[in-house]
Amino acid sequence: MAYISIKDVSYEYPGGFLAVDSVNLELEKGENVAIVGQNGAGKTTMVKMLNALLYPTKGYVMIGDMNTKDHTTAQVSRVVGYVFQNPDDQIFHSSVRGEVEYGLIKMKLPAEQIKKQVAFALEITGMDIYAEENPFNLPLSMRKFITIAAIVAIDCPVMVFDEPTAGQDMIGNKRLAIILEELYKRGKTVITISHDMEFVVNNFSRVIVMANKKIIKSGAPEEIFWDFQALEKAMLKQPYVSRLCKNLDINENIILLDQAVDILAKTIKC
Amino acid sequence: MDTAIEFKDVTYCYPLTKTPAVKNLSFKIEKGKFYGVIGANGSGKTTLCALMRGFAPDFYKGELSGQVLVNGKSTIDYENGELALRIGYVFQNPFNQISGVKDSVFEEIAYGLENLGVEPLEIEERVVTIMEKTDILHLAEKNPFELSGGQQQRVALAAILVLGPDIFVIDEPTSQLDPEGTESIFEIIKAMKKEQKTIILVEHKVDLLAESADEILVMANGELIKKGSTQEVLSDIFLMEQGIQLPQMAILSNKLKQLGIGLPVTPITEAQATEVLQKIIKKKEGIQ
Repeated sequence: MAYISIKDVSYEYPGGFLAVDSVNLELEKGENVAIVGQNGAGKTTMVKMLNALLYPTKGYVMIGDMNTKDHTTAQVSRVVGYVFQNPDDQIFHSSVRGEVEYGLIKMKLPAEQIKKQVAFALEITGMDIYAEENPFNLPLSMRKFITIAAIVAIDCPVMVFDEPTAGQDMIGNKRLAIILEELYKRGKTVITISHDMEFVVNNFSRVIVMANKKIIKSGAPEEIFWDFQALEKAMLKQPYVSRLCKNLDINENIILLDQAVDILAKTIKC
Repeated sequence: MDTAIEFKDVTYCYPLTKTPAVKNLSFKIEKGKFYGVIGANGSGKTTLCALMRGFAPDFYKGELSGQVLVNGKSTIDYENGELALRIGYVFQNPFNQISGVKDSVFEEIAYGLENLGVEPLEIEERVVTIMEKTDILHLAEKNPFELSGGQQQRVALAAILVLGPDIFVIDEPTSQLDPEGTESIFEIIKAMKKEQKTIILVEHKVDLLAESADEILVMANGELIKKGSTQEVLSDIFLMEQGIQLPQMAILSNKLKQLGIGLPVTPITEAQATEVLQKIIKKKEGIQ
């Protein structure tokens, strides 16, 4: 059985709005996946069910041998960390360090371990130089890294990042790529929601497409971004280099800039 | 061309800080043009916007040297609220903009017009038109704070559009939006340009700016390091060394150049790249 399984899950908000409709998904331990899809497709609602911020109104979610239904949010969130889309929904401390170590102190971990995990989280997110700063003195895009650090510090086996690429500049995106790679090396299972298709093709081996409350496709990025039916249904476009290749009748499922450069150079030179 | 905004040797420090957020800024914004502002986070883009709208120094306080002129008049000489009629300002974080005193999206968008004393019938007409344009009519009855980040961004934009000023300063309006929503915002902005509006747009999505902006301003460490036509600026590969993202097509073109394949112009958009590469490939097929 898969490490994480979402079994026939639906979620209806109080008031009757159905946000996720009969979704099935399996993730293996150590997988690093992206979720893409339109605003309102159900991405955030679905991932909130992974750490029991929400409980399915139909179906169930298993993390390892734990059915989220039988546990409190506090229990599940030790296994699955969730980084909010809006950092200001999460931040409440007056220093970056305070924010990042809060969860660990709450968990009553030994001081030495807290120190080590906080240092790692601050360093990998680049927040070490702002450790004593008030989070609200930093721009929104950097506050996002504080919230990522707070979850990385807890060192839970599964982490969910909700739109970390929103508002990031080139350096921010590079930093995110480094964080994802390091977490992957450490065997973490990471689920990332993103609207940045260039970021998605460069950093994930599996992409899950959501549209209209459902998962409509899951697969390797070169498969997803050349499946025009799925893209149209999810109102997504190919990455720019894929669009260029398509315009030039190069139909070899190109998704990366370097791949496009290689094939163009071959086409033009030989 | 007429000048809408002019910066004359502007340096500005927020209160209690010694390092200026922006320094030595001197440039002109011409009426009816669409300007993209790019640069790393923390490079001074939002402060630049706040100076144009007069929030700095009027609201944020702090220390301003030099002058920011809007329609020829210094921002500090404008009476309370007068500048709000000249410049529409869309905040980066819609949370900072949405009033919090109105229970529905419709009322939120009507709020500014109400304060200006516009006739109720005209308010309704203008609000409905803008809501259609920004595709939020179906949200009319909802509470602004119950919307998703992307929907809030559209409400924030609509609330300013409805006021109909001549100059728009828009700070990262698409950061929370999906690709489709992002393109629809760019469509709205292009339509505003057709109505002779002056637009200053802070945006990280350079590939979209490449398709639509007239000029680009590049900020780095509080300074304006480059200003020029979109084609000129976004094809300047040296900007990448300073942490500035360039369009995918410009990067691709540069990499081809390194492999000995020089293109007659550096394309910055998909359409340009398609055209120039198609020609080269066809020519080659002709030779064979």
